[in-house]
Amino acid sequence: MSRRVGWLLLALLAAGPPLALAAGQPFYVDIMTRLVCLAAAATSLNFILGHGGMISFGHAAYIGIGAYAVGIPAYYGLHDGWLHLLLAVCCSALFALATGVIALRTRGVYFIMITMAFAQMVFFAIVSIEEYGGDDGLVIDIRSEFPLLDLEDGLTLYYVCFALLLGTLYLVHRLMRSRFGMVIEGAKGNERRMAALGFAFYRHRLAAYTLAGALCGLSGAMLGNFTNFISPEMMDWTRSGELIFMVVLGGAGALFGPLIGAAAFLLLEELLSGWTVYWQLPFGVLLILVVLFARGGLAGLLEGRRG
Amino acid sequence: MDAGLVAAQLLNGLQLGVLLFLLASGLTLIFGIMDFVNLAHGSLYMVGAYLCAELTDATGSFLLAVALALPATALVGAAVELLVVRRLYRRDHLDHVLATFGLILCFDALVQMIWGPEGMAIRLPAWADGQQHLPGGLVFPTYRLLIIGAGLAVAAGLYVLVVRTKLGMRIRAGASNPAMAGALGIDIGRLFTLVFALGAVMAGLAGMMIAPITEASIGMGNEIIITAFVVVIVGGIGSIRGAFVAALLIGLIDTMGRSFLDMALKLAMSAQAAETSAPALSAMLIYILMAAVLAFRPQGLFPPKTR
Repeated sequence: MSRRVGWLLLALLAAGPPLALAAGQPFYVDIMTRLVCLAAAATSLNFILGHGGMISFGHAAYIGIGAYAVGIPAYYGLHDGWLHLLLAVCCSALFALATGVIALRTRGVYFIMITMAFAQMVFFAIVSIEEYGGDDGLVIDIRSEFPLLDLEDGLTLYYVCFALLLGTLYLVHRLMRSRFGMVIEGAKGNERRMAALGFAFYRHRLAAYTLAGALCGLSGAMLGNFTNFISPEMMDWTRSGELIFMVVLGGAGALFGPLIGAAAFLLLEELLSGWTVYWQLPFGVLLILVVLFARGGLAGLLEGRRG
Repeated sequence: MDAGLVAAQLLNGLQLGVLLFLLASGLTLIFGIMDFVNLAHGSLYMVGAYLCAELTDATGSFLLAVALALPATALVGAAVELLVVRRLYRRDHLDHVLATFGLILCFDALVQMIWGPEGMAIRLPAWADGQQHLPGGLVFPTYRLLIIGAGLAVAAGLYVLVVRTKLGMRIRAGASNPAMAGALGIDIGRLFTLVFALGAVMAGLAGMMIAPITEASIGMGNEIIITAFVVVIVGGIGSIRGAFVAALLIGLIDTMGRSFLDMALKLAMSAQAAETSAPALSAMLIYILMAAVLAFRPQGLFPPKTR
């Protein structure tokens, strides 16, 4: 059932923007661009959180790193898109690798707090560099330049982001069917058993953690391109919390869970913030209720626990 | 280097360390005893600051306001425990962080509803507002000295409470084996509420003490809580002694790094390079320290014996 909703959402996202433009509502294209970028980021988080059981509370750092991998070269007049993407992937992967080596030696609550602290380290480092705007952020005048593609056109940008989402979903889908994915999932279920079976799952985990970081860096690069303005606020730890909420709301460990979660998240945000300036209050209450009463998230509900 | 400046910064570092201890000791107590990760601990810090600001306005006396705000913060903490936290003890850490993340959203919105989006300043009474001439020709604000003194007194009081009193004995029993403590006739449910309220009081006190310097503002807890997490990790989760040592260490390192790192770097590199890299590096210093500690001691400096 959640599969069907996921495919439905994808079909909607594939056909939606031209229809929105035809109806004279470019605003919806903006929302959908943000949605596909965040859904791609949440899908990369789901790979380690939902499938791997690694509760990373610092995933927004990679969004920030990816965004600054576009912003800082652009600040120096380098607009080559491939360079931006290469930088986004490499910097995110390197940061994930370096922090993962330490964080993955720990378990449980240590892991949560450490990933959070490392993300905050990047946050404060960027805040303190005044050359790149510090707290105030950085404006991206010209979007990444690719041959044949013009990202200044909203629709083109959207479909590039959409392709990234599809690619991320496909990659995670394939990985979870591979031996590598099975080891990750097995280690989540029972570490000792996996060790007894002879799997050195630390290395698998580190590879998964690095890959998830690199994928999220790409979403960050696209998000930076989309907003034309990047600031440390993009990687504040509360952003990481929102990503986790998207994953859990949709259903951790389900392929389309993060997509459904991100869609529900943005929808709620739009509805509630249009309704009251204090939208965070019903939002927070809802989050608590989801945790208390809807384990398995929306995907869990859709799987038919009704009967 | 000016010896007076170094001494003044040492005292500033000590002041930050004391505040961090007040926050971290509650976090580590709650984790050590209930195995509960409380992201919303920073919200109680904020609530304490706002209550104190409101009561200072109402009563005209800062001291009276603190005396009234402390039990009020305890009540808020107890209410949070009874309404939400209590239902989560049996859940995993992911549920803890998500639900308490929801609590943060609720608290931030509620404070904004009650006190508005602007911060609230607290005026210090005349006796606390001056300067003190310390031995060695050093001049230091009276109020900052009061913070250090009060913080150290609370730390001593907490030590006596946990080690010398009957309540402390129950707390330690609950920490090492809740099921056994319950079987021996200790009301575990009430003990947990009490410990949560105690943590809330200490977080609230930290907020009240800092508010006259920085003013009470929305989200004030969300930044310092990460530093408090670093303290808890470095000290060893569940260890109050570890939290004390780590809090002072991190308070001093952070403050000294921000003040003197550029001078230290100038010894090794050109003045310009030092001036650009020092702010970023000093912002990252405590996280680097955390990584270094974890690389050698994954359980922190003082891992509690019972775990």
